[in-house]
Amino acid sequence: MYTNEFRAHTNDKRRRDGERAGKRGMAIRYAKPTDLEEALRLLGEARWTILAGGTDFYPALGSAPLRDDVLDINGLAALKGVSETENHIVIGARATWTELLRHPLPPAFDALKLAAREVGSIQIQNSGTVAGNLCNASPAADGVPPLLILDAEVEIRSAREKRILPLKDFILGNRKTALGPGEMVTAVRIPRQAASGTSGFVKLGARRYLVISIAMAAARVVVAEGKVAEAAISVGSCSAVAQRLVGLEERLKGEPPQACSGIVATYNFPELSPIDDVRGTASYRLQAAREIVARASLQATGGDAEGGLAA
Amino acid sequence: MSLATIPLCFEINGTTVAIDVSPVERLSAVLRDELGLTGTKVGCDAGDCGACSVIVDDEVVCACLMSAASVEGASVRTVEGLANGSLSALQQSFLRHGAAQCGICTPGLLVTATALLEKNPAPSEAEVQDALGGVLCRCTGYRKIVRAVTNANGPTALDTALIPSRAAVGASPIRLDGERKVTGAEIFGADERPKDALSVLVVRSPHWHAAFEIGDTEAFVRAHPGVLAVFTAADIPGRNRFGVIPPFADQPALAEHRARFRGEAVALIAGERAAIEDLDPADFPIVWKELPHALSPDEAKILPPLHEGRNGNLLTQGYVECGDPEAALANAHATVSGAVETSYVEHAYIEPEAGFAAMEGDTLIIKACTQAPYMDRDDTAAVLGLPPEKVRIVPLATGGGFGSKLDISLQPLIGLVALKTGRPAALVYTRGDSMRSTTKRHPAAMKATISADAEGRITGMVFEGDFNTGAYASWGPTVANRVPVHASGPYVTLNYRAVGRAIHTNGPISGAFRGFGVPQATIMQETLYDRLAEKLGLDRLEFRILNALTNGQKTTCGQLLTSGVGIRQCLEELRPQWRRALDTAARLNATAGKTRRGVGVASCWYGCGNTSLPNPSTIRLGITPSGRVVLHQGAVDIGQGSNTVVTQICADALGLPLSTFTLLGGDTGITPDAGKTSASRQTFVSGKAAELAGRQLREKILRFANVSEAAEIAIEGQHLLVSEGEVRRSIALSSLPLDADGYAFAAEATYDPPTEALDEKGQGKPYAVYGYGAQLVELEVDVTLGTVKLLKFTAAHDVGRAVNPLLAEGQIEGGIAQGIGLALMEEYIPGHTENLHDYLIPTIGDVPEIETILVEVPDPEGPFGVKGLGEHVLIPTAPAILNAIRHATGAEITKVPATPARVLEAIQAVEKAL
Repeated sequence: MYTNEFRAHTNDKRRRDGERAGKRGMAIRYAKPTDLEEALRLLGEARWTILAGGTDFYPALGSAPLRDDVLDINGLAALKGVSETENHIVIGARATWTELLRHPLPPAFDALKLAAREVGSIQIQNSGTVAGNLCNASPAADGVPPLLILDAEVEIRSAREKRILPLKDFILGNRKTALGPGEMVTAVRIPRQAASGTSGFVKLGARRYLVISIAMAAARVVVAEGKVAEAAISVGSCSAVAQRLVGLEERLKGEPPQACSGIVATYNFPELSPIDDVRGTASYRLQAAREIVARASLQATGGDAEGGLAA
Repeated sequence: MSLATIPLCFEINGTTVAIDVSPVERLSAVLRDELGLTGTKVGCDAGDCGACSVIVDDEVVCACLMSAASVEGASVRTVEGLANGSLSALQQSFLRHGAAQCGICTPGLLVTATALLEKNPAPSEAEVQDALGGVLCRCTGYRKIVRAVTNANGPTALDTALIPSRAAVGASPIRLDGERKVTGAEIFGADERPKDALSVLVVRSPHWHAAFEIGDTEAFVRAHPGVLAVFTAADIPGRNRFGVIPPFADQPALAEHRARFRGEAVALIAGERAAIEDLDPADFPIVWKELPHALSPDEAKILPPLHEGRNGNLLTQGYVECGDPEAALANAHATVSGAVETSYVEHAYIEPEAGFAAMEGDTLIIKACTQAPYMDRDDTAAVLGLPPEKVRIVPLATGGGFGSKLDISLQPLIGLVALKTGRPAALVYTRGDSMRSTTKRHPAAMKATISADAEGRITGMVFEGDFNTGAYASWGPTVANRVPVHASGPYVTLNYRAVGRAIHTNGPISGAFRGFGVPQATIMQETLYDRLAEKLGLDRLEFRILNALTNGQKTTCGQLLTSGVGIRQCLEELRPQWRRALDTAARLNATAGKTRRGVGVASCWYGCGNTSLPNPSTIRLGITPSGRVVLHQGAVDIGQGSNTVVTQICADALGLPLSTFTLLGGDTGITPDAGKTSASRQTFVSGKAAELAGRQLREKILRFANVSEAAEIAIEGQHLLVSEGEVRRSIALSSLPLDADGYAFAAEATYDPPTEALDEKGQGKPYAVYGYGAQLVELEVDVTLGTVKLLKFTAAHDVGRAVNPLLAEGQIEGGIAQGIGLALMEEYIPGHTENLHDYLIPTIGDVPEIETILVEVPDPEGPFGVKGLGEHVLIPTAPAILNAIRHATGAEITKVPATPARVLEAIQAVEKAL
């Protein structure tokens, strides 16, 4: 299961609560509006499960019968593609990973593109959306660390209002987002001032392709006059929600790029709280995080560390 | 209820279709169920396997993750659309390279690779891997797929029709069942469903161990329109106990009041398809009461037995002893001891179990995927209280088996519904059901000590292993017996004692999986061999060559191996690569860095066929009046190639070209029993029966024509031509009287390998033929992350005679891929990894270059000298990898899989010890 689906409400919980059973015998609604305002109006009326790329919708459904009303947003042309405004680079809610990969973007986005290539498979990248990856809110969502270092914001709409949340405030926990009733994500946007510098991304997995990460790291660095002027570093799969390493970023500022590895080596990663699971132990994750943060930083500062998957 | 349908219009393989369908129906279901395009396969319904890959508007997607509504107005291409009158260059290339084995993943691979080649007609190997990374294949090891895509426009394949008489053995024609695998025409378990078939939902235990009471099923049926009936253990007309080894049969088709493992079937709900698809199993009236459970043998040994009479939950144990092992260890120059644990390994064939049952008169027909039609027939008949001849098993293509499809799964369940309702009954396991309810490789906890003298000769070995056999017997006894016979490896071991115990737990049922416990035991033995060589100061390869069995020596079972022992040759073949690889590693490791190079080697031997038990195969063939040779080829081809190999052997024995043959499959109604596809027995045992039958038919023809053995025979039209020197006879086949099967000439032969029972010390002749092999791996360990990057395998396998070198290579590459999984990533944890994204099998990027060396030391027992190969190929891989990791880093891995976390921990343990 890869993480690219909007789910206004989590199916699993409703199933446990027995709510799904209440729907049996009643007609299930399906709507595929072509107008965003119409979609938002529908969202305001009832609970819907939103269908976008389908790469999380169907795995979550499994072989269980459909009991939820489905709002198919694939008719909303307004949410397509990657675009640029004066102040932002805007990833529409329907933009797939492949569309993102094909859009020319500055080096600050290299981390995001490296991550895009590691989202499931090409099949998944062709269907799954960047925004859906955020809405699914998996601790191992490949898109979150590289978007965190770009200070990404999530544009949320309802029939009543539009609000913008920083990504770090949008994902609240494992499979939990700040989306309220009647709301949907309409775009992910990156402020232009965060689109500066160079970036790197390293994903650690137990096989080469189609793999959920054990840990991953993204780094974006702006170097000026031989010193780190700005550093943005994040780690995923080592806490319920991927984290920016603010303490480390502070320490790197003002240092020469070649000093980064040494600083990472002595950092104690207070932002992370990894757990033991089938993919690795907590203690392993912490050690691995240190190494891949160093590699992502090195890559961002023009070192020769290899980005992408460290399988 | 379900969603209202919408009109949908899209283009499929160039033709516009308009249908009414639910807008959220998966595209895979639309293609398969609405349009009958079953070439698109469903392996996981979650985007984890890529089997359902199709091209939508020039981009490849998983059809299982795409809604019907999303293809409105789009152009969809499936495997059925790749051939345009004739096979596409890529389809031909797949055949030519042997890139399709079972064929279940082939459509997804072809479609995905087609999308790649349209954008990039000359991709590099890395580009092919990046493009195909999302499609899992469990058979081939991917190497031939990579080659087929990078060389898609190469020369055409060897045409079967051009292979002359008596030249089939040793040739590599494209597999006889190949074409339908690349066109999507092959019919697998889920691909055929009678229109009026009922669907069946299996209610399974969610608990490790629980008593249960089923509530008011009549009320349940009444409350669910379209549901026809519920069946429980009480409805089973026969003996509700099945098992592959009759004396140990202990598994109910439907549990009776108590379920012993998570995923055990307890009831069936049968109804119309739509009604069953709309059911939530949670609504079924059943009350569970959890019972104490044990998941490890250590816990299970002190719990009450899961099965009466099996105290300490010991199912059975195998034992082999020779010489005086204690004295040998005590007096040795050097000894090493160690312990190794392995995990549950899931077969992870891409095809979940599927099939249907239907009554034809008073005979129950079951069409499903399987590895063992006659065993299915007999077990299903017993459960359903029918005489065996009233059950007919018609094997559909099997999308990978590897041992698990030897056991019956859905056969008695769909059979019961068809028998009780009179309607056909169809069932396709979900990936989760398949993983929860079918067998696994036994997790093993082993310890051993091995000793040597000052010259480096092995003097003794003791081995002990507990094998977690799960809730029911399945093939546990086979594993317990095979392990002690093989745990010495193919080395002279004069003083030896080995015990293998199969112990019940409430874990998944452990059964047959390529190697029957030998791969686990070999990890123990071969890793100790490396430590022993090091202790003795000997080169690890030369140490193995020194101790390798040769003709005229005895096994630990006291079996005198008179000829055909090829392990030494296999090891010697590796010498050049071994020296080169060691030199390279030494040079690279001379400078410190984050990666360390390692080289490892390990051997295998494996007895072909059942251990000291009969396992006959019967092969029949006949010549029709129209001049076709019809081969009743009952050795189920699960991808390994028995359809082709058995026919090649038969053709050369008969003296007619391969192109005159038509194959009939393992349908129990028309084809005699060629036994199960397991134990690396089909090429050897069924091959031998085919050789005997072919020779017999030849003799009949020669006698009829009154010529000598030196004569040549040929078929021309409807005439059989027999020539010897000046003598030429033309026999009009249509003028001859026909037998009951409609053949002008026919023959049937049975072969059962000569073995002898093992005594209480395991002494005897367990197998008539052994195969041997050795593999060398070069790899790189990242010492900061614990990750392992495989660089190259060199595999030397003694196959006796390579009947079909291309297929033999395919077995080796596929076995290595599964060995890689066992070594590095595969760990089935019930309740946690019941899908193909948490349970990891190697992808196309995880299998490095494989150089195959086919060693041919003929065995006088095998047809044309052949030995089995299918299981051998997996055995050396994991220990070779562990040995290379140790060579690179000093890290000793004591539990597989060697995940990055375990490898890093082992590396740090070495650093601490310094």
